[in-house]
Amino acid sequence: MKNKTNVLPREGEAQPSRCPDNTAFKQQRLPAWKPQLTIASVLSSFFLTGAFCLTVGVCLVLSANSVREIQIDYSDKCSDCSKLRENSSNWNKECHCSVNFTLKENILGDVFMYYGLQNFYQNHRRYVISRSDAQLLGRNVNIQRSYCAPFSTYRNGTPMAPCGAIANSIFNDTINLFYNHNSSVIQVPLLKTGNSWWTDKNVKFRNPESYNLSSAFAAGTARPPYWQKPVYLLDEEDERNNGYLNDDFIIWMRVSAFATFRNLYRRVRRVRHFTEGLPAGNYTFHISYNFPVTRFKGRKHVILSTVVWSGGSNPFLGIAYLVSGTAATLTGFVITGIHLKLRKKKTYFQRRCESCFICLQRSLH
Amino acid sequence: MSRKIAPGCFSTMAWKKHFFKETCCQCGAPDMETQNEELEKRGKVRKRKKKNENKRVIISNLPFGSKKWKENPNRHYDTNEIETTKYNILTFLPKNIYEQFHRFANIYFVFIALLNFVPVVQAFQPEVSVIPICVIMAITAIKDAWEDFRRYKLDKEINHMGCYIYSREEHAYVEKCWKDVRVGDFVQLQCNEIVPADILLLYSSDQNGICHLETANLDGETNLKQRRVVTGFSSQDTVFEPEFFQNTIICEMPNNDLNKFKGYMEQPDHEQVGLNIENLLLRGCTIRNTEAAAGIVIYAGHETKAMLNNSGPRYKRSRIEQRMNRDIFLCVGLLFVMCLVGAVGHGIWTGKFWEHPPYDVPDWNGNFVAPVLAGFYMFLTMIILLQILIPISLYVSIELVKLGQVFLIHNDIDLYDEEADLPIQCRALTITEDLGQIQYIFSDKTGTLTENKMVFRRCTVDGLEFSHQENDRRLKTQKALDLDREDFTKLQHFTLPPMNLGRAATIKPSTMRPLRRCQSDRARTQGHTRSRSVGRRDSSQSQVAFSSPIEKDVTPDSRLLRQVREAALQTESFSPFIHMKTSTSFTDFFLALAICNSVLVSTATAPRQRVTIPPPIKPSGITLEKIHQIFQRLKLASLSQSFSSSQSSSQLGASFSAKNTEEPLAVLESCDNENDSSASSGGQELQDKGSTEIGTASLDEVFRSATNTSLPTDFCYEAESPDEAALVYAAQAYGFILVSRTPEQVTVQLPQGTLLTFDILYTLGFDSVRRRMSVVVRHPLTKEIVVYTKGADSVIMDLLDNSTKGNISSDKRLKRIKERTQKHLDYYAHDGLRTLCIAKKVLNEDDFQKWANFRREAEAAIENRDELLIETAQHLETKLTLLGATGIEDRLQDGVPDTIVSLREAGIKVWVLTGDKQETAVNIAYSCKLLNQRDTVFTINTENKETCESLLNLTLEEVKKNYEYDKPQRKLFGIIPTSFSATEAPSPEFGLVIDGRTLDVIFQGGLEEKFLALARRCRSVLCCRSTPLQKSMVVKLVRRQLKAMTLSIGDGANDVSMIQAANVGIGISGQEGMQAVMASDFAISRFKHLKKLLLVHGHWCYARLAKMVIYFFYKNVCYVNLLFWYQFFCGFSGSTMIDYWQMIFFNLFFTSVPPLLFGALDRDVSAETLLRLPELYKNGQNSEIYNLTTFIITMLDAFYQSLICFFVPYLMYKDSDIDVFSFGNPINTISLLTILLHQALEMKTWTVLQLVVMICSVAFYLIFSIIYNAVCLLCSPPTNPYWIMERQLKDPIFYLLCLITPIIALLPRFVIFALRGTLGASLVLKAQQIEKLPKEQQDLEIQKLRSRKEATSGAPVASPASNDDLDQSSSHLCVSPFLPSAAALPPRDTENQGVSASNPLGRRTHDEGYYFFNRWAEEESAATDSSAGPSSGHQPLVASRETAPGQDGGKLTKDYLKNFHYGSHRRSVSSVTL
Repeated sequence: MKNKTNVLPREGEAQPSRCPDNTAFKQQRLPAWKPQLTIASVLSSFFLTGAFCLTVGVCLVLSANSVREIQIDYSDKCSDCSKLRENSSNWNKECHCSVNFTLKENILGDVFMYYGLQNFYQNHRRYVISRSDAQLLGRNVNIQRSYCAPFSTYRNGTPMAPCGAIANSIFNDTINLFYNHNSSVIQVPLLKTGNSWWTDKNVKFRNPESYNLSSAFAAGTARPPYWQKPVYLLDEEDERNNGYLNDDFIIWMRVSAFATFRNLYRRVRRVRHFTEGLPAGNYTFHISYNFPVTRFKGRKHVILSTVVWSGGSNPFLGIAYLVSGTAATLTGFVITGIHLKLRKKKTYFQRRCESCFICLQRSLH
Repeated sequence: MSRKIAPGCFSTMAWKKHFFKETCCQCGAPDMETQNEELEKRGKVRKRKKKNENKRVIISNLPFGSKKWKENPNRHYDTNEIETTKYNILTFLPKNIYEQFHRFANIYFVFIALLNFVPVVQAFQPEVSVIPICVIMAITAIKDAWEDFRRYKLDKEINHMGCYIYSREEHAYVEKCWKDVRVGDFVQLQCNEIVPADILLLYSSDQNGICHLETANLDGETNLKQRRVVTGFSSQDTVFEPEFFQNTIICEMPNNDLNKFKGYMEQPDHEQVGLNIENLLLRGCTIRNTEAAAGIVIYAGHETKAMLNNSGPRYKRSRIEQRMNRDIFLCVGLLFVMCLVGAVGHGIWTGKFWEHPPYDVPDWNGNFVAPVLAGFYMFLTMIILLQILIPISLYVSIELVKLGQVFLIHNDIDLYDEEADLPIQCRALTITEDLGQIQYIFSDKTGTLTENKMVFRRCTVDGLEFSHQENDRRLKTQKALDLDREDFTKLQHFTLPPMNLGRAATIKPSTMRPLRRCQSDRARTQGHTRSRSVGRRDSSQSQVAFSSPIEKDVTPDSRLLRQVREAALQTESFSPFIHMKTSTSFTDFFLALAICNSVLVSTATAPRQRVTIPPPIKPSGITLEKIHQIFQRLKLASLSQSFSSSQSSSQLGASFSAKNTEEPLAVLESCDNENDSSASSGGQELQDKGSTEIGTASLDEVFRSATNTSLPTDFCYEAESPDEAALVYAAQAYGFILVSRTPEQVTVQLPQGTLLTFDILYTLGFDSVRRRMSVVVRHPLTKEIVVYTKGADSVIMDLLDNSTKGNISSDKRLKRIKERTQKHLDYYAHDGLRTLCIAKKVLNEDDFQKWANFRREAEAAIENRDELLIETAQHLETKLTLLGATGIEDRLQDGVPDTIVSLREAGIKVWVLTGDKQETAVNIAYSCKLLNQRDTVFTINTENKETCESLLNLTLEEVKKNYEYDKPQRKLFGIIPTSFSATEAPSPEFGLVIDGRTLDVIFQGGLEEKFLALARRCRSVLCCRSTPLQKSMVVKLVRRQLKAMTLSIGDGANDVSMIQAANVGIGISGQEGMQAVMASDFAISRFKHLKKLLLVHGHWCYARLAKMVIYFFYKNVCYVNLLFWYQFFCGFSGSTMIDYWQMIFFNLFFTSVPPLLFGALDRDVSAETLLRLPELYKNGQNSEIYNLTTFIITMLDAFYQSLICFFVPYLMYKDSDIDVFSFGNPINTISLLTILLHQALEMKTWTVLQLVVMICSVAFYLIFSIIYNAVCLLCSPPTNPYWIMERQLKDPIFYLLCLITPIIALLPRFVIFALRGTLGASLVLKAQQIEKLPKEQQDLEIQKLRSRKEATSGAPVASPASNDDLDQSSSHLCVSPFLPSAAALPPRDTENQGVSASNPLGRRTHDEGYYFFNRWAEEESAATDSSAGPSSGHQPLVASRETAPGQDGGKLTKDYLKNFHYGSHRRSVSSVTL
């Protein structure tokens, strides 16, 4: 572009010239980097990406493979119980069942026990919003105006604590794990606290302020309709794991993203036999079967699993990396091939084209 | 008359500011448009109010004091307070919201927000869901409010400007504010004041009752207009007393016609006086040259003509926007489908439970809805959920981006005209990208392609041609030297013959200063437009409008000069016998040039002071009466005029020798001597023969006094058209100097130095119907009544006196003169000169009186007055005697051919629509490379429908044949998958010339389709002699029928309709006022700017906006689909996994700025490359970036990317204990990265700005999320993503996920990009690659690209070099025959003659054209037999391509010549009817 700085009017006119400023921005001449897809940059980007993805993929797959996991579907195992629970009028009848399984090899490290639900749409929109975070914070709010409806108050006006469909439908099976060690049955020690997020337990969920829990809840609130126990009696053994601060409750309240999900239930306490994890052998789950799933064609599982840095047993991410790494590399090769082939052709074509043009011109002259 | 100043009134500066602002800051122009609407609305209201009356009655306000105001009949009229604001503080909110709801998208979004308040269908928290629409509307409202506030401030300033109103209490004019002016008030104005309202002029300090008005504020015309005091009030003896004003004024209702005003004034004695526009001072004009004026207010405020006329730019919808609207409907369709899927899915999902599961929450009352109803509700919920599929921010973003684009265009220094100090003005803000898609350009010729600076080039007097070689040479050298001041004056010294030299030498330096002062004075008051064109860079001298030195200084032809002098001498020496006739016609010719015009004279020394009174002759001198007496005595035969003085010439000669140090030309010297001697001898003769009463002494006295009078030596001529000025300057060069002009008198200085004052009896102004103007004067000496007529040759030639007067020899002579003049005229036209014929007629007193009565009647007539006036004029202008003709050159603007070549290479078809003659137009077309010498040019001139049809058919067939012939050739080369060969129609090598009458036939006969079919295959079309209406019809035809993108460019009022008809209208802020500019979307000052405007800015704007729009669609679809996919996993319940705030912010903040910057700043190819490779423009022309295919591809890509962005995390987190928001957070992050990286892939230029914005977007997202997730415990009940971001930032999975997903999502696009680069690259990519190369290689590559392009298109285009010499040779082919003698032949012409003879013209061995040409000639002659016969020789269809095989070259050249001459022969052109 011509340098036009010298064209500005030479005399100091009273009226400023309307000549636009000759700045790089206004003249759109800002120094710029213009990325260009040259064959070198294209190929290098493909091969580099490929190599990187493959490496990461291999690491991920390896680490995912090191995860030990056992999953037991017990929804039909206790057929009596499931039948019993189908009729909601039997809600206060107790039903127990036990499920046996065998660990063929040791599960080393921290072992987590999950309960898994299938086909339970916790992510249903009206279900997700059916809660009152303010109430769970221990505030005295008018839940009549919250999203809890219709699980907010009873007919007589007594508010439910906690309110909402999520709380109402809490997973209320109790699962205990027993290790059949040399014909003696040892109950596997399980940790029921510390399973939830720290922030949930310490910030997001608060019990109402009162000198004791039962007085805080008993006066003026009632348990949700499906509940067998009031909220202040969720954990009779541990006073601090009660009320809204109950870990199971907190975890349940964190609604899961999909209809098939698992929630952390217990962690194996690494003491005595279980300092290394779960040793191989026969185990029994003793389950107090309360949560009905057959009504919505759901399934219930109990899962024992270890965790690595890359999450659980899902190898997907590793595979994704491997696949995309391979794809990138292959594309790189293809492009190289095309490029090599085309370069020859192009030069040939161009030569022909030029000669044609020359011919044409000659014929014209 | 005393004036009292009231406080609180602003100075008149405000008005200037107002206008300055409006023209300067065109960017802020949309307010004009709204203003207009407002006006319309007001107008409607008013109309309703006064439906039954169509007259306005006005009486003086003075009898009604403040007490009796209620009785005043004037009280209903608008006051002068103007209010252009749309809102006030109270009405702003409702009104603005109402305005905004005119946009469909806003209604849609508000509807959705409201829908969200219905509990059963709500998808989000209702309070939150109104935020986006509120933000969008708030931004718009703030913009509107700001604009309105600016208007308000301007209004206030104007309303408070001061003016003097007559007050009854004070019995004097009292200063008041403009807003206090009421209809019926008396207002006094002084020089240089601005008229506050439309005022009927009742008093002027001018003795003739004239008030001069500058209307530059209204129409941009800087020449002064004259307004007259109402008849009966012009008596100057008494000062106008408002209190005695008893009359009633009845006039028409307010209207916007600036040139018409009708009404009458009824005096108390019921006598009526007619009023017209001549009596009206219009609001906004400036009083000039008149000390004081007073009048009564007729229209005030919004009812003034200026306000009613205040038409701003229109809102235009650009093509991209149209396409966008279509695609939005596609999106609506998509939305509908998606919602349907959701609804059906939800219905089925709900229906499959026989018992309600605990997660299926009943409604408020514990009831469940039936599946079908649930499905229906879900449909609505889904609409809410997926609403942003329709990009809510797109409209606002586009507006912002266009503002940025306009800003950049406006600031382009290359589009800045230094001479005029004018940058490009972007008046339309909405159609920048249309500039990149132009397919057809319709251009005016005069003032657009040419400079509209008229230069006197040649003239023919009495059948003798004077070629003005010196002038020619001067013009050339002047151009070459670029008007270097030093050289320039030297040149003047060298070439100017003695007569002129003294003047030229003395004027130049001395007048510089006063002129500049005059200019700066005007510039200050006017602040814009043409007056600025004065500050030229090249020559430090300034000039008044229309008079650059090039136009001003005419070097007389030495032969003609001698003739003129001889004539003068002959008349002096009483030799009325032999050469009498010729000599008088010489002087008559120049007198006519000087008189027959409407040029106003102002002297350089007194700025804007009209020379209305002949300069007083010094006491020592002799009075005009005395000269008159002398003449009476001297008058013997039919001596008409001319006067010579030995003294004057010798004096000038002396001055010449004194001043000129260089050797004068020998010829001139001899001529001078000759003159001297003959003059002195003439003087002696006079002495001898003269009558006794007048002695030598007295005669000497006469001459001396005449030459010594202190005549101002330089005049500014202000003409309505540049032609007139050119002629006056030409006359001046020969010594006939127009000294002053009043409506009654005109004074001319003769070469001898005598001043002659002619009484003007009538002036019949120029109009486009008559195409001529006449002036009726009484010769001061002979007392003859003479009519001088000047007009288009076709008209004048028909009006010549054909009657035989018995004198055979003189008849013959006349006939011969006529023929020769006609020949010369044809030649002029062929040479591209504008021709005018000058004729005269001597009337006898009786005839004149008869006619004058007739005329007076016509003037007094109320009904069809215009027709009567024309009729009377025609009555007078008959039986004229031809004096001569002039050829004026309209110089081609700088860089026009180059621009046209580039535009054509860019695939734009350039059509020229002009009112000019066919020959002139064709010639200009050749010289500006619109037509190529090897093009086949078809000329269609006919008035008959059938002929026209058959002609069109024939031509079309021929063109098609050629077309198809080209095609297979192209396919042979079409193997390469290059974009240009695939999409482009073969560039046809045809030109079409058509005239206005034929166009009429085409339009009336329904032949439009045929015409278009032909025209679209021609590469350029020339429409000559077309009216403004035809111009706009042609534009509309192309625009509608071909669905093509059209651009019109023009500079004059006659182009306005065409400018408005086109998609893009461009006005050239040139010399013909502001009308074209006011109607245009963009205003540039030179035609050559079009090149950069289109090729660079157009391309950029299109590419940017198209990419941005398509990106917006992509972005929204990609993002919204994430939510849609989730519905498959949540039972179609309308759940979202992303927090709503983060969702809103995603569109509003995180991803909004990068595309905006992208839309404003991205440059895919640099400006230099775009200019060097015009083919790149086709990218936009074919809408390659944004069309249905790219839209669908992008949509598919968006679907793919959203699938990846959703399903990679899904598969990752499937079956885990992930919660809803913890799942949504990575998805949100991933999609943000993907969308931004997608943008990064599209971006071709990375400047610091873009980089910073990109990084900031990501950073802002992260920071916002972290803060939001940490702070918000109960922000948006019932759920919130508390601490999720923090937790995930500690999780390696999150990072790995955010890394791989964008890679997978963008891989296909990247692969395609890579393949595009390696495989058949598009031209844009090629250009980008070329840009990376070093300079020399770039040139080479570009050359290669261009040559390949030409080879593939199958039609070989000659290299520019060969084009050049062809053009040159042929444009002067026909020069020689008309040159009177070989000696006078300019060297240039002889040279070219030689070239053309030796130049083998036929290069293409393409026989068909020739065959066709022959065939057509045969058919033609057969067809014309009946009417005109072959001898008329005119080819209505002239195939003038040099298509002959090589050996025929010479012959064909001759043929061509012959044909061309016949073709260009005016008579035959107009007479042929088939």
